[in-house]
Amino acid sequence: MMLSKGLKRKREEEEEEGKEALAVDTWWLDPGHPAVAQAPPAVASSSLFDLSVLKLHHSLRQSEPDLRHLVLVVNTLRRIQASMAPTAALPPVPSPPTAPGIADNLLASSDAALSASMASLLEDLSHIEGLSQAPQPLVDEGPPGRPTGGAPPSLGALDLLGPATGCLLDDGLEGLFEDIDTSMYDSELWAPASEGHKSSPEDGPGKEEAPELDEAELDYLMDVLVGTQALERPSGPGR
Amino acid sequence: MAGAGGGGCPAGGNDLQWCFSQVKGAVDEDVAEADVISTVEFSHSGDLLATGDKGGRVVIFQREQENKSRPHSRGEYNVYSTFQSHEPEFDYLKSLEIEEKINKIRWLPQQGAARFLLSTNDKTIKLWKISERDKRAEGYNLKDEDGRLRDPLRITALRVPILKPMDLMVEASPRRVFANAHTYHINSISVNSDHETYLSADDLRINLWHLEITDRSFNIVDIKPANMEELTEVITAAEFHPHQCNVLVYSSSKGTIRLCDMRSSALCDRHSKFFEEPEDPSSRSFFSEIISSVSDVKFSHSGRYMMTRDYLSVKVWDLNMESRPVETHQVHEYLRSKLCSLYENDCIFDKFECCWNGSDSAIMTGSYNNFFRMFDRTTWRDVTLEASRENSKPRASLKPRRVCAGGKRKKDEVSVDSLDFSKKILHTAWHPVENIIAVAATNNLYIFQDKAN
Repeated sequence: MMLSKGLKRKREEEEEEGKEALAVDTWWLDPGHPAVAQAPPAVASSSLFDLSVLKLHHSLRQSEPDLRHLVLVVNTLRRIQASMAPTAALPPVPSPPTAPGIADNLLASSDAALSASMASLLEDLSHIEGLSQAPQPLVDEGPPGRPTGGAPPSLGALDLLGPATGCLLDDGLEGLFEDIDTSMYDSELWAPASEGHKSSPEDGPGKEEAPELDEAELDYLMDVLVGTQALERPSGPGR
Repeated sequence: MAGAGGGGCPAGGNDLQWCFSQVKGAVDEDVAEADVISTVEFSHSGDLLATGDKGGRVVIFQREQENKSRPHSRGEYNVYSTFQSHEPEFDYLKSLEIEEKINKIRWLPQQGAARFLLSTNDKTIKLWKISERDKRAEGYNLKDEDGRLRDPLRITALRVPILKPMDLMVEASPRRVFANAHTYHINSISVNSDHETYLSADDLRINLWHLEITDRSFNIVDIKPANMEELTEVITAAEFHPHQCNVLVYSSSKGTIRLCDMRSSALCDRHSKFFEEPEDPSSRSFFSEIISSVSDVKFSHSGRYMMTRDYLSVKVWDLNMESRPVETHQVHEYLRSKLCSLYENDCIFDKFECCWNGSDSAIMTGSYNNFFRMFDRTTWRDVTLEASRENSKPRASLKPRRVCAGGKRKKDEVSVDSLDFSKKILHTAWHPVENIIAVAATNNLYIFQDKAN
């Protein structure tokens, strides 16, 4: 039985209560939303936040993280972060978010809030053991100051991978090693002569051998007939 | 709806009576990790059934010919060939271990006596040839019967070797190794309808290969951002259209599906069609994105529809309509209120597959507690069945199962809280023509048949 009883279920997703959705993608800021109304949001989100941070940490610790898992956890963490730093972190908004026209403003300001939270998240994570090499510059940069205005806040978390990130993420590195013989990784179990050879069917191995060894040719032909050794041609796999 | 299937299944999955046929695998309670089945696939004719496991092995079962003298074994699948497809590897450049787990197996259409399949782990795809040998040669000139070389000076006469029958031997040999083309983990392979090329997809890229050429592949989709810090979405599955060799689809972790036409440009970063269902605002949660992540995408045999599997549902899409699916089938909606716990124990990240029957009239997918679900698209009926040793008497009918989501539990119902989440059915396969299904339950492979079969 795998369901955990330890984690308090703060968020019972009950049947729809006829609440209207917000026009913008910040439903967690709406105190009327069933999910938010269930329990004190700060308490509800914080345990989920801790859990997500743990998952992120665990994922980053893998030598080769599962990218899908990582991306999903980080995206979820962003949502939780945003719900935990609601109105306080937002710059003043002209009017209540009732009109769709205000949506952009709200989104832009919540980006700033997200960025600020992500920066503080990374700072938190850098204190976790083993991640002390978290680059400080990232916190100093401050996403709001980036030239790419309007772009989503940086993932940032992947920097915590350290040197391994370069190997995982930098494709250029592989190009440097093209001259290294990687044949030890290949399992070429069939005769090299058969692989992509341009030779015509007549060019059997028998040609190179001394003509007087007729027995060898005959044996070879027998093998071909029996199927031990196929007469390879660069044709389709089924032929 | 007319489908590609031949005889045997006019109706879908539910007018049928499913019966236990066989189970393969050890009975031990202690399951070795290497024995966990990671992929199941019928060949195009259905006479062969391949499984791959976490230990890198491939086991192929062959359906026995119907035999009057042995009526009980009619249509049974027995082991045909077993081989080690992938070994654990160590990437010295990156100091990483590469798992030998077989992620996917795909059969090539049969062209001769030999059979071919593609198997892949996280990094390397291999083309395997499976061939039969039932005769051997005797009377070689240069070697004697033991295989030892004869002294050439002693050979005084030339003889013609003769062929003699022998016990059938099935050999598997690797014909091609397609390596070093994926930085990230391969999740899908798909053979093109041209029978000459295939695609392989990892988290961020999709490559196109020619079956003859192993030293290069073409990158056709690349969603890697210039700055990895901006990564928010990965590729989760990809498949070629069954008839149009220029069309492929790929799904994402955000629940979207993109259809690409390779004729429009060499690099298919711009999609031809974009399928996404708008989110239902009333069911939003912190986990909305995770549960919308598509774990499998499969074209129908007809090529007119495709099916996607996300955490809680299976959706059927008409390729002509991008705005929303034409059908949504709930697999285990009772889990929606448990998402928090399922997030905590990582079950929410489980990747379930789905499959069509031969005539596209029914679809099947797995769930927890060794349950699997079938949906009949014509009658709109569905059924939950269980793969368990308890119901494994030969030709025993499977009893439909029910899960009690809340309130008073009826007799024979299973309550949500007593579901075993370690018993997950992630991989299922449906015979291309007949009503025979293969269901992988951890280390066991169950085969069920329609009673009429």
